Amino acid sequence: MTAMTARVGPRRGRDVSKQAGWAVLAWVVAIAFFLPVLWMVITAFKPESAAETWPPKFAFSPTLSQFRLVFSGMGPYFTHSAIATIGSTILVLLLGVPAAYALSVQPVKRWRDGLFFFISTKMLPIVAAIGPLYVIALRAHLLDSIWLLIILYTAMNLPLAVWMIRSFMLEVPGELLEAARLDGAGRIREIGSVIMPVIAPGLVSTALICVIFAWNELFLAINLTVTNAATMPMFLISSVPQEGLYIAHLSAAATVASVPVIVVGWIAQRSLVRGLAMGAIK
Amino acid sequence: MTVLQEAEALPKTAVRPRGISRQERWLRRLPLLPALIYIIVVTQIPFVVTLWYSFQSYFWNAPVPAHFTGFSNYASVFTNAGFRGSLVRSVVMTAAAVIIAMILGVALAVLLDRKFFGRGIVRTLIITPFLVMPAAAALVWASPMLDPNFGLMNYLLAPFGVHHEAWLSVFPLESVIAVMVWQWTPFMTLIVLAGLQSQPSETLEAAKVDGASAFGTFRELTLPHLRPYIELGILLGSIYLVNTFDAVRLMTNGGPGTSTTNLPFYLYQQVNYAFDVGGAAATGVVTVVLTIIVATLALRMFARVFQFEEAR
Repeated sequence: MTAMTARVGPRRGRDVSKQAGWAVLAWVVAIAFFLPVLWMVITAFKPESAAETWPPKFAFSPTLSQFRLVFSGMGPYFTHSAIATIGSTILVLLLGVPAAYALSVQPVKRWRDGLFFFISTKMLPIVAAIGPLYVIALRAHLLDSIWLLIILYTAMNLPLAVWMIRSFMLEVPGELLEAARLDGAGRIREIGSVIMPVIAPGLVSTALICVIFAWNELFLAINLTVTNAATMPMFLISSVPQEGLYIAHLSAAATVASVPVIVVGWIAQRSLVRGLAMGAIK
Repeated sequence: MTVLQEAEALPKTAVRPRGISRQERWLRRLPLLPALIYIIVVTQIPFVVTLWYSFQSYFWNAPVPAHFTGFSNYASVFTNAGFRGSLVRSVVMTAAAVIIAMILGVALAVLLDRKFFGRGIVRTLIITPFLVMPAAAALVWASPMLDPNFGLMNYLLAPFGVHHEAWLSVFPLESVIAVMVWQWTPFMTLIVLAGLQSQPSETLEAAKVDGASAFGTFRELTLPHLRPYIELGILLGSIYLVNTFDAVRLMTNGGPGTSTTNLPFYLYQQVNYAFDVGGAAATGVVTVVLTIIVATLALRMFARVFQFEEAR
């Protein structure tokens, strides 16, 4: 007995110090990954003269003047981004939930081909069609319109959404569905009152991923919009002048543009992790 | 044989679609149709139009209307060094970024799989780069981080003998790849972490009892278990990273020279600066054909992921 405790003692001690070592390593790596974001936020509070110094200044009197400048100019861009992001995400869910249902709970005969088709559209690089897309938008009078971005962002996010929602639907217990069918529930009631409550957290993480990709999108926006539908990433580009000092102003603009998605992502990170993992494998 | 496999492959909760009426089959298709039609119209029509324009000479700024030119656009795509160079750079950038991000992702996931003080905060800090707007990330890296005169990176590396390095001029490709890796490592970490946490603890316990080393257990048990997760991370990462545009446009603008011009940036230039819709369309068609070849291989990999799901 005593021999055992004697043997366990030092080993335990070694385990503890080893664990502390891993913890320290994890913290160091995490801070290294976060450092650019932290530096962006710190720089945003600098007066321009303190942002462009060597060595970089860590002590300075913080100012909100850069943020004031950013807020005064970003109104329309922010509105366009918000409309394109929210509009496309709602459309994705409206189209995606029934489609996922038809690929999982009551599958069509060739559900596998259907699923592959959705995924395969993600593999065709949209950049390849950008010239003709411009011509089509021009002819359809959709150039520089927020509707165009809603339409394209929906198509951009729909395949991933169908795939994720399908995986959440597969998690719905079969007994629940059996019971609903025995009660004579039709398809619509089955979706509305049995499936939706179960997959609600999954829908949240799906919507979150769609929001991240739509909010951050630049390529389509820069090619197909000018002023009437210009989005936040384009506002960022406009904050870099051809000459003069701009690092602090740029950092403030980048902070404001990124913060909505970062905060939402932090709050919902558990569901984000779950969504990615489940959508990943199921 | 295939029919049998199809039937077995269906999810457990599903009602088998065999032996059902015609009407029932259409009722099943109905919910799928809106999404299917939407995605066909919005994603396939532009490609058909692309094919059409690829045989036309069409310049924005020219007074001459678009007219048929046969294969001349294709001839210039294949003789043009610009296209070949940007194709190679696209492949190099995507492959390097995906592979490095995945290696780091596995390492970070193993680190995060342990219990330690502040694990939640560490995970939050690590996923943040994935949430930062790519345009913001590119601009913040380009100036506040990598500026040769004021950048934080040169300050942090000064003790190691780095002296006002102009990263974006001297190491343009490496810098762009580094930012891609920085943004996508969190994504890989999350997927691999999910894989690690789904690993049954009994097998690991058993291996420990049998006296297996930690590394041996990782190589023999954990890695095979993680394989579908890793394949999936690589697949999704490639799909998004091959379209990288923000980092190239905002960090180096494709330069110096054409040293960071990848396919998306090359097409952007063709449309916006050379006004060459026909040429861009032909480049696009060639890109799509190459993508289809790669995607076919990728979808095979995907099919394996599904077999894994069914085997469980």
